[in-house]
Amino acid sequence: MRNANPWKAAVAAGVLALAVACGSGDGGTHGGRAAEQQSIGKGEGRVDIIAWAGYAEDGSNDPKADWVHPFERQTGCKVNTKTAGTSDEMVSLMKTGQYDTVSASGDATLRLIAAGDVAPVNTRLVPNYRDIFSGLKMRPFNSKDGKMYGIPHGRGANLLMYRTDKVSPAPDSWKAVFDGAAKYAGKVTAYDSPIYIADAALYLMKTRPALGIKDPYALDRTQLDAAVALLKKQRQQIGEYWSDYQKEVTAFKGGDSVLGTTWQVIANTAAAEKAPVKAVLPKEGATGWSDTWMVSARAAHPNCAYKWLNWIVSPKVNAQVAEYFGEAPANAKACKETADPRHCAVYHADDEAYYRRVHFWTTPVPQCLDGRRNVTCTDYAEWTRAWTEIKG
Amino acid sequence: MSATRHEPRARGRLAALLAPPLLWLVLAYLGSLAVLLLSAFWTTDPFTSDVVHTWTTDNFRDILTTPVYRTVALRTLGIAVAVTLLDALLALPMAFFMARVAAGRLRRALLVAVLTPLWAGYLVKAYAWRVMLGEHGIVNAALAPLGLHGPGYGTAAVVIVLAYLWLPYMILPIHAALERLPVHQLEASADLGAGTVRTLRSVVAPAVRPALLAGSVFTFSLSLGDYLTVQIVGGRTQLLGNVIASQVTLDLPLAAALSAVPVALVVCYLAAVRRAGGLDSL
Repeated sequence: MRNANPWKAAVAAGVLALAVACGSGDGGTHGGRAAEQQSIGKGEGRVDIIAWAGYAEDGSNDPKADWVHPFERQTGCKVNTKTAGTSDEMVSLMKTGQYDTVSASGDATLRLIAAGDVAPVNTRLVPNYRDIFSGLKMRPFNSKDGKMYGIPHGRGANLLMYRTDKVSPAPDSWKAVFDGAAKYAGKVTAYDSPIYIADAALYLMKTRPALGIKDPYALDRTQLDAAVALLKKQRQQIGEYWSDYQKEVTAFKGGDSVLGTTWQVIANTAAAEKAPVKAVLPKEGATGWSDTWMVSARAAHPNCAYKWLNWIVSPKVNAQVAEYFGEAPANAKACKETADPRHCAVYHADDEAYYRRVHFWTTPVPQCLDGRRNVTCTDYAEWTRAWTEIKG
Repeated sequence: MSATRHEPRARGRLAALLAPPLLWLVLAYLGSLAVLLLSAFWTTDPFTSDVVHTWTTDNFRDILTTPVYRTVALRTLGIAVAVTLLDALLALPMAFFMARVAAGRLRRALLVAVLTPLWAGYLVKAYAWRVMLGEHGIVNAALAPLGLHGPGYGTAAVVIVLAYLWLPYMILPIHAALERLPVHQLEASADLGAGTVRTLRSVVAPAVRPALLAGSVFTFSLSLGDYLTVQIVGGRTQLLGNVIASQVTLDLPLAAALSAVPVALVVCYLAAVRRAGGLDSL
């Protein structure tokens, strides 16, 4: 998902071999509902983390970006980081039970909760939780049955980016990449993941109200079919799908793509590299992502994990990560700590009205997330198969 | 007498020497393939995506009845064949020139030129091609004066890049075969009144054929299994590898069943090559 990781290939292959060799799980982990922790004891001296690249920097990539060593010095918990390239990879790594905490995105969180791989988080044990933006607390993608399953880390919207020299008039609607895409045939790009189906659903929600889509992540069979049909039509105009952000930056710089979904950080990087691009939040609103630090149900170092949760969303560290990675921080106090005083404004960090228009990635599950009881919704596995079919 | 006394010990030493590689081959290498194939007959819990050990052939039925898997399998096969043909066309004259025409320093320089890219990282080479094939890349720039436009990203780009990546695996065996061809044989052919074409057909071709087939096993099977190149220059296309990768964490048994497809294709290809005598020199 985020971050270019061609190695996800090799890892995926390795995981396949491993998972197979180990007989892959014990078949029924449904019952593995761990209770939330009641107190934080002494640190275990170690914590094993699965993180997106850029989330747990120890200075080895950029000497100025180091929030792992100060944590180790302060808590005595040695950090072992495993960088994951995709949400799918995070899910399968968490299944091994060898990690204490993970920076999961909304397209993975419910899967982890459903499988019993993560435990509810006792937010009273994380003092910095108090200062998290209210718009990130107790959301459908990070809570279940009134329990928080992690500490929000940051968020971003999936924007519409275009080349100002090639695309006119300036688009303000997702129509540009769906019904209007033929105008830029072969130069349109889209995010390469099943979760992108939600973007089509969001567009249909506004343009075809008869379908009755209330939540782009709660699609019954008919609604999913309509989104798939729209995406199959869009495919004719697609130049390439992107999944790593560096690839999109070069595509827009070189003119291989002139129009498509993006993240703020990509728009900023491309603009900094002199590409004439602009990113907008279209009038229909947008999909988006929000990451949550979750704790494994089988954590071997739960105390250190809780210390990490509190550390990574503390105002100063949250500001550092948000700036390094390019996202809106989750901690309201982080906005005063950023090196660039405009950072929170650029990423709309404290603009709840802006984020009300953003539908954060949520794992599609059979129980419709929009509250419908009379139908069964399509789950993520069906979305994955549909995505294969869309790409043909 | 001394020979008989030493024999058991020598045999023991040989066994000790061979045990680790054999163990590796059987347990780690063939064993993992066997487990993979076995897991293709299991199923997954649709909600938690945990593997459920219930015997079923549904995965294979899904693969055979879902049109998109057939399309992707045929596309993958087509690309592998195209890459193999392209590499054969490029490698034959190249290897012939290196082995029979060029001499001394030029020959060594050419051999180094063929080998050097092998030492560079796969990703580096694929991304280099991504830059070259881009809208403002060198390919389009070179074709522009002729009024032409490069292939851009897509199936054609995948064939080009894979052919580039695997070319040394085709050149080297053919080069080795041609180098082994005794010069006397060519002279004898000429003495017997054969022209160039006849010599090529009756003397050179039989010597090159097994090498060509051996090289094609590499280009064919490596192309079938590849999926990074498609991600980098494939545009909107996907190959079997991409479909497998997208299923690995969600539906491992289906991914396993899908990966049986390239395995089956390679086995068929190897059988055909064996019949054609390509494996005789192994």
